[in-house]
Amino acid sequence: MMRRLFPHPVLSLLLGLTWVLLVNHIGVGTLVMAAILGSAIPRLTHAYWPHQPRLNSLPLLLAYVALVVWDVILANIQVARIVLFMPRDRIRSAFIPVPITLKSPEAIALLAGTITMTPGTVTADMNGDGTVLLVHSLHAPDPDAIRDEILSRYESRLKRIFE
Amino acid sequence: MILNLLLAALLVVAGTFGLIGSYGLLRLRDGMQRLHAPTKASTVGLGAALLASMLHGLTIGTGFSWQEIAVMVFIFVTAPVSANYLSKLHLFGGTYTPPPSGTDRPWATFDPTVDTDEPDLPRR
Repeated sequence: MMRRLFPHPVLSLLLGLTWVLLVNHIGVGTLVMAAILGSAIPRLTHAYWPHQPRLNSLPLLLAYVALVVWDVILANIQVARIVLFMPRDRIRSAFIPVPITLKSPEAIALLAGTITMTPGTVTADMNGDGTVLLVHSLHAPDPDAIRDEILSRYESRLKRIFE
Repeated sequence: MILNLLLAALLVVAGTFGLIGSYGLLRLRDGMQRLHAPTKASTVGLGAALLASMLHGLTIGTGFSWQEIAVMVFIFVTAPVSANYLSKLHLFGGTYTPPPSGTDRPWATFDPTVDTDEPDLPRR
């Protein structure tokens, strides 16, 4: 019953929260509208997202978000230094194939987004069945080290959260 | 007073990183490299500007504003998608030759195989 009313509980929660943030004021009207949006939109879009993603631990996911935000800040400074001070012909860009073992589409999308947001790397493509990501790195003197860091720092954590 | 100084510092950080992001667009050599500057160096710039906007309410008496969190979340969700489309376009245009994927399926941009396990979508 609850599953049919709320096919994606986390999505419902996020939609409600987004509405409260957009209104920027907490009142009865806001909460009622948030509840309406949070229950109507997941049901209307249910056909496009039929299967139920597994989420093992919400605290671990929040810890992951905090880690990514911290990495974004640190690595931004790194990219700023490359842009400002590194001679143009010494920047060695490279495409790096990163084989992944994640299966859940949501986790793969999150990993690809993380790679793009953490500076120095952009997810350019993935292979046909989603087992290898193509990552472009701005400055990669050692491509294998970048691949290993993505796998150990982000993929292993996502694996624990989603699988 | 201290809050005002903090706001000013945040705005300076925001401006600096925004400027570095656009300077990177100008300085880097080719399309894929240029993709890095605006998707990255500007996220901290934007974050600092939004943080300043959140704290600004405290100094003028309207209170801490949570709204900017929504802006930040939307940027973090949409920026990778546009970056991905741009890089797929670069690959498809033939300017770059990526290494082979190392599996029996090529990169999705060049993969002719149609997967049959797509979910049944409702008719429009």
